[in-house]
Amino acid sequence: MSEAEFIVIRALAGDVDLRCGGVAVVAADAPVPDRPDLAGEVPDGTVAIGKRYTDESGRLEVLCTRSGAGRLSLGESELTVKAAKALPSSD
Amino acid sequence: MNILTLLEIVATADGDRVAIGDRAEGLTYARLLELADGAAARLGGGDRPVLYTGTATEVFPVALFAAARAGRPFAPLSYRLAADRLERQIRGQLPADLVGPKVTCDLVGADEGVRATPVEDLIGLAASGGAPAYAAPGDPEAAAVFLHTSGTTGDPKVAVLRHRHLTSYVLNATDLLSAGPDEAALMSVPPYHIAGIAGVLTNLYSGRRIVQLPDFDERAWVDLVREQDVTHAMVVPTMLARIVKVLQADGGGLPSLRHLSYGGGPMPAGLIRTALELLPHVDFVNGYGLTETTSSIAVLGPEEHRAALASGDPAVRRRLHSVGRPLPAVEMVVRDADGRDLPAGVRGELWVRGPQVSGEYARASLLDGEGWFRTRDAAWIDDAGYVFVEGRLDDVIVRGGENLSPGEIEDVLMEHPGVAEAVVYAVPDEQWGEAVAAAVVPRPGRQVGEKELKEWVAAHLRSSRVPAHVTFRETLPRNDLGKVLRRVLRAEHEAGRGGPQAG
Repeated sequence: MSEAEFIVIRALAGDVDLRCGGVAVVAADAPVPDRPDLAGEVPDGTVAIGKRYTDESGRLEVLCTRSGAGRLSLGESELTVKAAKALPSSD
Repeated sequence: MNILTLLEIVATADGDRVAIGDRAEGLTYARLLELADGAAARLGGGDRPVLYTGTATEVFPVALFAAARAGRPFAPLSYRLAADRLERQIRGQLPADLVGPKVTCDLVGADEGVRATPVEDLIGLAASGGAPAYAAPGDPEAAAVFLHTSGTTGDPKVAVLRHRHLTSYVLNATDLLSAGPDEAALMSVPPYHIAGIAGVLTNLYSGRRIVQLPDFDERAWVDLVREQDVTHAMVVPTMLARIVKVLQADGGGLPSLRHLSYGGGPMPAGLIRTALELLPHVDFVNGYGLTETTSSIAVLGPEEHRAALASGDPAVRRRLHSVGRPLPAVEMVVRDADGRDLPAGVRGELWVRGPQVSGEYARASLLDGEGWFRTRDAAWIDDAGYVFVEGRLDDVIVRGGENLSPGEIEDVLMEHPGVAEAVVYAVPDEQWGEAVAAAVVPRPGRQVGEKELKEWVAAHLRSSRVPAHVTFRETLPRNDLGKVLRRVLRAEHEAGRGGPQAG
């Protein structure tokens, strides 16, 4: 299981199969499901706080609000990190 | 997403970093979040706006985030307004909570729908209260901030910025904790200006400590930069003009300063060149935006400033006076009065579209069906995409069918050695429809005449640009952020000449 938390900034229409470390993410206010099969399992990779992740279409955008283990994916296809911007501060 | 989430993320990632104030004693991100919780509990939920009439002290971000925590719009009002106008703005938002100095708390009574908290009490009350029992609302469509536009060309309107406009702007313009731990930003714009709101959010999310100067004074600004090792600052052009004078007089320089952004009005050509030469180690950034576009929509960066200053190519040199190019998430086009796109190099009205563009006022959205907002700014775009903003469309002088930009004539007037300040505006004219008028503040101790200035303009620009009327004044009428009020000058011209018929 992963401790990572996210907020969806731009959503796709309908239900989406968002996973972290291959396991479906759950709503922040929902109870954590009892998954003895995953006890002690730490998925590969990490999601990092402050990074934005998008799908291939670029229409789904997820912001990580707490770092944790795992890789984010939409179904089987992994989300990619949006590149950091090099914009000069204007305020 | 709520703007409070931005603070929660930074507090999670590096809660012990100082967010605001002195480097040793300032508020940390974690503490700021606690105070926002406590102040939200004090204010309570609901949809009544939280009016703020205080200055830009640390209470300002506490009140801003407390309103967001409680799911209520935050409405900063100008504490510089005369009491009757401020009272009118308060009455326009009732029922409401009000956080402000006692004198504004007493303007409207509790029986009329104001629940007042003295600004000096908010942090104490917040520190003694717990967090609200409910979670922070996350609806990105909820109104986050109500701001009065500056209203230089008409009555101020109340712009509505939703959480999604502000969070889009912050996430598209900055990266979490991208600032080094030694960076500090000096903020001297008031809370009721869009740069005051946006500056809190972007500096906070990038992890840059905020140092506040609640009432701008050029000497205090320079001293604070030196004392607090300020690395970043944002100023409006009138502030920069005064800072330059202090630096020229004391010769002390600003060794810690790395980055100076400016915006909020047209920058005189001579002033930015002087500033660049005076502070060669500083990165200059021009940010162009409106209240209704959630701060900057175009930026001219440091390298572009230096390239323009060093170039022998006039097309590159003049980019120093452009506002740069649109931010990546923002689209801009120039259109004619009928809404048709104009090619590069042709002046028309600037239209803008993007996730941060609100274009919405209380009770009315001005976005068209495709999401475009008409800025009411006159502009043209060069073939490399640099945007040249020439001022408010209402300020363009239409003389005998020719459109004249006041800024071009003002720049020439201000290059005259006897001129300290100049503003150019349209006045009614029987022969031409409109004529060019100039109001000029002479340099102290200098004699300069009307004929001399007309000849000066004629030597630099086409004859249609030569002012038909020149008046000399001790000061120019400005609003409290230094924007020139041309409508006041026009009204004085008409009053002085017995009405618009006289030529």
